[in-house]
Amino acid sequence: MREARRKEVVKQAFEGIKIAEFAWLAAGPFIIKYFSDHGATVIKIESSTRPDTLRQTPPFQENKPGINRSGWFAKYNTNKYGISLNLSHPKARPIVENLVRWADIVIESFTPGVIKRWNLGYEEMVKINPDIIMMSTSAQGQTGPRAQQPSYGVQLTSLAGFVHLTNWPDRGPAMVYGAYTDFIAPYFGTAALVAALDYRRRTGKGQYIDLSQYECAVHFLAPLILDYGVNQRVHHRMGNRSPYAAPHGVYRCLGEDSWCAIAVFTDEEWEAFCRVLSNPVWMKDQKFQTFSARKKNEDELDQSIEEWTKKLSAEEVMRWMQEAGVPAGVVRNNEGVYGDPQLNARQHFWKLEHPEMGLHSVESLPFKLSKTPSELKQAAPCLGQDNYYVYTEILGLSDEEFIQLSGEGVFN
Amino acid sequence: MESKQDLMLGPFLALDLTDEKGFLCGKILTDLGAEVIKIEKPGGDPSRQIGPFYKDISHPEKSLYWFAFNTGKKSITLDIEKSEGRNIFLEMAEKADFVIESFYPGYMEQLNLGYSTLSRINPRIIMTSISPFGQDGPYKNFKGPDLMVWALGGMLNICGDSDRAPVRISFPQSYMHAGAAAAASTLIAHYYRETTGEGQHVDVSAQQCVEWTTAEIAQIWEMNRLKVGRTGQLRVRPTTGAKLREIWPCKDGFISFRVMGGKAGAGFMKTLVEWMDCEGVGDDYLRQRKWEELDLGKVTQEEYDLAEKPIGQFFLAHTKAELCEEAARRRIQLLPVNTNEDILKDPHLSIRNFWRELEHPELGTTITYPGPFAKFSQASCGPWHRAPLIGEHNEEIYQKRLGLSREKLISLKQNGVI
Repeated sequence: MREARRKEVVKQAFEGIKIAEFAWLAAGPFIIKYFSDHGATVIKIESSTRPDTLRQTPPFQENKPGINRSGWFAKYNTNKYGISLNLSHPKARPIVENLVRWADIVIESFTPGVIKRWNLGYEEMVKINPDIIMMSTSAQGQTGPRAQQPSYGVQLTSLAGFVHLTNWPDRGPAMVYGAYTDFIAPYFGTAALVAALDYRRRTGKGQYIDLSQYECAVHFLAPLILDYGVNQRVHHRMGNRSPYAAPHGVYRCLGEDSWCAIAVFTDEEWEAFCRVLSNPVWMKDQKFQTFSARKKNEDELDQSIEEWTKKLSAEEVMRWMQEAGVPAGVVRNNEGVYGDPQLNARQHFWKLEHPEMGLHSVESLPFKLSKTPSELKQAAPCLGQDNYYVYTEILGLSDEEFIQLSGEGVFN
Repeated sequence: MESKQDLMLGPFLALDLTDEKGFLCGKILTDLGAEVIKIEKPGGDPSRQIGPFYKDISHPEKSLYWFAFNTGKKSITLDIEKSEGRNIFLEMAEKADFVIESFYPGYMEQLNLGYSTLSRINPRIIMTSISPFGQDGPYKNFKGPDLMVWALGGMLNICGDSDRAPVRISFPQSYMHAGAAAAASTLIAHYYRETTGEGQHVDVSAQQCVEWTTAEIAQIWEMNRLKVGRTGQLRVRPTTGAKLREIWPCKDGFISFRVMGGKAGAGFMKTLVEWMDCEGVGDDYLRQRKWEELDLGKVTQEEYDLAEKPIGQFFLAHTKAELCEEAARRRIQLLPVNTNEDILKDPHLSIRNFWRELEHPELGTTITYPGPFAKFSQASCGPWHRAPLIGEHNEEIYQKRLGLSREKLISLKQNGVI
């Protein structure tokens, strides 16, 4: 039994908190991962006709597509129970109500309006469980003219201003890889839910939270919003340049597609930088003596630096620079992150055993709590994996009822 | 406005020692109702030098960067490196719920203000440390401005064009993630503290935050042994090598759209084809295409190009605004590549009442700020008021709250403590 493997070793911050997750793709499940990795009991509800879309999204273990084989799905759904429930079956209603009654938090990420049509809007939830905390997480919020327009990560990342700011000034905008805003909303969503839990602890009142990924993301560019409002300045992409440093760039190193980032902010760093390069003649030129001179001749500066870096490994460049006190960083690729000594020392990647995928890597949350650290105990569930345990042990169905309802297709 | 106690984190006090590496943490706590006191070095936090500036006047009281991330906070000046300053800080920490800091790892211990010291005088305290790489590990002392963290976190490598060096987002992002993750993790510790009485130390790594922004690429390597590189405006399907467009030029800018098939795509692809027909620029191939059967994992470049070409021409003949308005009406998955100007003028956000006008009496004006990061049915969310001036709350905190005499205050000022 799965339960037997859930032995508590350390104390967990959210022990006793119960969450029903009607959410998919990245942002919603990621918010709840903050809770499940800290000890909350989470039930993820899917159906075989509408499983979490991420289950069907590559990469798949060993390149073999399968509903239980997506590495992407695996990382957001650790430590969760997975059940399947056919919400359109008439006998599903009392079970959903039981779930809502059981839960402290319900999260949903349907297209705005859908959950109301199922009679599961906040008003309905409150009738079932008066102090429920409900969060709706969506692309652009529950209201407004574009509330129901569907969108994916790259599109929202474009909408929220990040794509326009990515690439060289002489090129069109480049995609920000992946689904960037999906990784912004979870911080805010988690903070909002914990604040709501604490508020309920003090006042007894639950509440409804409307989280818009777009609005969360705009906070990550807030000064630019102010700059337009005050100074009418439109910001554009500027490669890797920074107004506060020169050099400030990414330089080719020895090996295929191998790069190291270097930045020099202060005079002290410039002197150290010159020493690492053994003070070549070109550096003594007036063109590079002061910050403003370097800024003016930055293209030439970058070329000269690359002449030096391209004969060296990126690791060497980083080590020498950092030892001398100059900011530098190897550009890690998706293989390189696994070899990063710092990420490994921080135990960023954990190996989990999964019934179909076997051993696979998932990331731990990006922080450590000294007394209640997050723990990755359980791989993401297969679709419907915990039906028996959840329906009988948690929701209290008898074995007979479970078999009966199974036979009628309620748990499809 | 409801009283302070009615706010979600109304009863709680945070001491915020961060610079730009941690601003968002305290900002989120104050938006949720906590009292956040920013502790600045005498003369002001050096991060006040970060632009852009109000009317482009470079001045520590005019940094729009500082404004944006310090709304709702109070400010006192205090030199915690001086022993008198340190003692005042400890006195405040005794009654505080949170201490947030973003100094280099070990700095607070050097001042004997590390978690072990703070927890001895206040076992309930939560201390949150934000740093480039975390408090431990071989890189803990590495310098980590945005670009380095973005590089080592794996996000830099996958953005930009394949024929040039990787590029970052031109507005530094690493410490947005670190600060916001710090707020989330601080509150996780807060929940535990409120149920058990025990505080703890929270250690946030910006590098790990950035690794989380790289979506599924780590798993692509582990499961498929494929490297993910830079593909500019296109997405390359690893299985077929087909290049599929994500960013499309239009008449006056760019938009974001993806040709899609299957159940998810067929609906809006047909709608797009109808729209093109309506405008008399329909295309036979698009009309006959069975979109349900289009599988992006299997489609060949040749077949895909048959769709991309007429759609691309259609987009080029329209402005960003035309395309986005009509796509929203028809519920097509198409959104604009927005500038900061476009966002501020987006009617969707104003209809949702997102913006907040905060008064700046010293500047004789109001400034528009991004509003509540979420809408709550039971309690309000900030921003509440403009960021504080340097030491604006010295009198309130030192005299009224800590009960220091005016003479004491003057002597502290003379000694450069405040």
